[in-house]
Amino acid sequence: MEKILQVKDLELSFNTFGGEVKAIRGVNFDLYKGETLAIVGESGSGKSVTTKSIMRLLPENSAEFKNGEILFGGRDLTKLSDKEMQKIRGKDISMIFQDPMTSLNPTMPIGRQITEPLLKHQKIGKEEAKKVAIDLLRLVGMPKPELRMKQYPHQFSGGQRQRIVIAIALACNPQILIADEPTTALDVTIQAQILELMKDLQKKIDTSIIFITHDLGVVANVADRVAVMYGGKIVEIGTVDEIFYNPQHPYTWGLLSSMPSLDTDEAKLYAIPGTPPDLLDPPKGDAFALRSEYALQIDMEQNPPFFKVSDTHSAATWLLHPDAPQVEPPATVIERMKKFPGSRYYEGGAI
Amino acid sequence: MARYIGKRLIYMVITMALIATFTFFLMKILPGSPIASADKLSPEQRAVVEARYGLDEPLPVQYFDYMFGLLKGDLGISINQFKGADVTDLIISRMGPSAQIGFQGMVLGTIIGILLGMIAALRQNTWVDYSSTLVAIIGISIPSFVFASLLQYWFGLKLEWFPVALWKDGFMSSVLPSIALAMFPLATAARFIRTEMIEVLGSDYITLAKAKGASGSEIAFKHAIRNALIPLITVLGPMTVSILTGSLVVEQIFAIPGIGEQFVKSIMVNDFSIIMGTTIFFSVFLIVVILIVDILYGVIDPRIRLSGGKS
Amino acid sequence: MTQNLEKLPKGSFERITVDTKQAERISKPSVSFWQDAWMRLKKNKGAIVSIILFGLIVIMSFLGPIISPYEPNAQTITHANLPPKIPVIENLGILDGTGTLGGKEVDLYEMKNVEVNYWFGTDGLGRDMFSRLWKGTQVSLFIAFVAAAIDMLIGVIYGGISGYFGGRVDDIMQRIVEILTGIPNLVVVILFILIMDPGILAIIIALTITGWTGMSRVVRGQVLKYKSQEFVLASRTLGASDSRIIWKHLMPNVLGIIIINTMFTIPGAIFFEAFLSFIGLGLQAPDASLGTLINDGYKLLQYQPHILAFPAILLSLIMICFNLIGDGLRDALDPKMKD
Repeated sequence: MEKILQVKDLELSFNTFGGEVKAIRGVNFDLYKGETLAIVGESGSGKSVTTKSIMRLLPENSAEFKNGEILFGGRDLTKLSDKEMQKIRGKDISMIFQDPMTSLNPTMPIGRQITEPLLKHQKIGKEEAKKVAIDLLRLVGMPKPELRMKQYPHQFSGGQRQRIVIAIALACNPQILIADEPTTALDVTIQAQILELMKDLQKKIDTSIIFITHDLGVVANVADRVAVMYGGKIVEIGTVDEIFYNPQHPYTWGLLSSMPSLDTDEAKLYAIPGTPPDLLDPPKGDAFALRSEYALQIDMEQNPPFFKVSDTHSAATWLLHPDAPQVEPPATVIERMKKFPGSRYYEGGAI
Repeated sequence: MARYIGKRLIYMVITMALIATFTFFLMKILPGSPIASADKLSPEQRAVVEARYGLDEPLPVQYFDYMFGLLKGDLGISINQFKGADVTDLIISRMGPSAQIGFQGMVLGTIIGILLGMIAALRQNTWVDYSSTLVAIIGISIPSFVFASLLQYWFGLKLEWFPVALWKDGFMSSVLPSIALAMFPLATAARFIRTEMIEVLGSDYITLAKAKGASGSEIAFKHAIRNALIPLITVLGPMTVSILTGSLVVEQIFAIPGIGEQFVKSIMVNDFSIIMGTTIFFSVFLIVVILIVDILYGVIDPRIRLSGGKS
Repeated sequence: MTQNLEKLPKGSFERITVDTKQAERISKPSVSFWQDAWMRLKKNKGAIVSIILFGLIVIMSFLGPIISPYEPNAQTITHANLPPKIPVIENLGILDGTGTLGGKEVDLYEMKNVEVNYWFGTDGLGRDMFSRLWKGTQVSLFIAFVAAAIDMLIGVIYGGISGYFGGRVDDIMQRIVEILTGIPNLVVVILFILIMDPGILAIIIALTITGWTGMSRVVRGQVLKYKSQEFVLASRTLGASDSRIIWKHLMPNVLGIIIINTMFTIPGAIFFEAFLSFIGLGLQAPDASLGTLINDGYKLLQYQPHILAFPAILLSLIMICFNLIGDGLRDALDPKMKD
């Protein structure tokens, strides 16, 4: 498959009054054409920062690339000038944000907000752009689009606004669409509609999606592949089945165990103990070891490298080292692994 | 919206009636006679003078006469300062210079203030920002009469660029007083716009605009400025108050034949009808300005426009 | 994904038990709201310099009249209209007692046979400007502080009651405030000054008669906001009394904004006092306040600019200090609040 975006050894820090916050500490991943890659992790794990750094939307005076590159169309996005970046934003890569209530300009009719990227990136006139905008609104399922072009954001509901934001993002048929928790701020029923819409549109315009979320239910629903982030690093990456049914990293185990499900008997929901690491002063070895009951001596000293589980699946944990002891994952995870062909608990059958 | 304006208008009338009543009775309990030379007059002469101004009538009659007069726009007649002159005419005749320096000061101050605030926000935490903040703090802190005195001493007396305390040279005479009055609106606008701009620039929709590929200037001019300017309307009220307050002293310092100067003089000579008339005139002016500001805000901000005018 | 699996020492793969309580530990020492605010305030250089400067001004306002050998109101006609003369500094060619007389630079002290020094000069009645200035500052600050304290007291009580009890009480109280705030402050102050005997008391009453409405609105808004929040509801369900809710839950949250608001009321009061004195409605001679001194100085601006300069500079300094302290406190106590 064609790699459309490659993130290599990306390191990024924020310079704050308190010191240097190492928000991203060596992130690697590829994005393939037409796929949906979900990035999951808790708040502060660096998932939003990673995508914002691809778009170069971080405050220039405090965020600083320390290392690595972001390759897109043969160019390193970290090295582009502002002008060059403006030509990519909204045209080749576009973005949907978390809160539709605040991501539209309150004093500009939505029609103008949709035509803005069209007029900017495509050589078309105002009338033409208006027609395209109306088509876009229809595409995202907005009834009576002609009438709504002149209305202001406050005249739309949250779900409708997110549809408008999606219309803006799709205006120039981008190659990559970054969705930063696009359903978090919405009601559950609306969430499902928006997710359906995004899946639908992806098929129609063949774009790759990076989908950021902390909701594993959403991930299972939309993603082809999943990257799990913790403490500014990707700790495990694989196809959605591999992550859900053959997870290797204790943090992924923790995430999956803390996911509520109807068929678990346990009355008490599992919670990962402790708090995310302080990225002002990141721990030396495995950042998750301090919260993990599977910690090894070496976790305290050395950062685990990536160990390959399959061609598509790798995880950064010392537990995969040949010398490491066998450990028992949590019961709920074993239950899952029983269904995955190739896992050591496989009992036959299919997922 | 119509209901909102209606409600506001009713409040305005009540407030005005209260102010007029309040002013009227305060003037009546003031120590001393309203007639300056009362002590020197014989009782007969005094009665004649009092009858001329209607001061011999019982208090309720005087009160209702005054209130009915107000309805017709009649603010009474001057007793001491301009014997027998109509207060309404006196105020109207003095409006020109006051309006001129007030308007010039307001416009000058607001425009420069907006520019300063915007530049400061766009160049946040640079020397441009710091010097604009300094100007704003000084503008808010230094009272207009101190500033006016300074201007007069330096540009009037020392450098002789502008006429001193003479309202004869038309526009040239109005320059220094206008600058003195402009300081507060300037500082207020600069501070206000800076905070608003910084907040707007940090908002999600600006990030979205950036994500669309908009350039720095497109973001500033197409998206940020309008959103930052709208709330400025809310401080137009306090700015007008400051111009009015300032005009009392600034007109005094630059000897401008305006309403403020006349008001201060009438306080000195206890000309009750002018004090009352001017008080009521100022009140009406400010209340109307604040009403207009509130309505304007509802009209301009689409978020408020449809939700009935209440924020 | 190259990995170097060889060099790891023995024992690296021992299982260890991490105390999960260790992971729950809070890495930074906990600071109270006020400690946090103080730390933030300390970082604000403008505010800290202003606090120190203002402290010095307050000390001088008491010390000044004492260290000056002259009484603030004592007149020495033969020493009238002397420019400032300060020992030591006079050698620099400034503040050396020279002034222009008939277009010529002369040492007025020599000419008038004055042996002593007046640091800030004298006024037209030969009164020592130095002691008058500090005495005037004392009076101005006194008026401002008392007025601000009264505003605060009335405003907090009125706004607190209105916001806390809500409903009908709030409705009526708010209608009253709406009408009161409709009346321009300037007009009320001038009218009240007119009917009272001019003096410190009259100015304070005039300033506070409607001045408290601003504070009451802010307090009401805050109380309304907090009283419906969960922590107050929780406390109420647990049977807390009204007074306990007010003092233990609402007050600590509203206190910050009360302080900020007061810090902006004080310069407002200083300004109004000076303003009233300037248009002749303030203190009456021979008492001095910064406003009356500026008024006196303005009249002699052309010939004796020093009489205006010192009180004008001091007044401006105090105002700047207060605005900077107010800004600093606002940022420290409520980082999200803006103008």
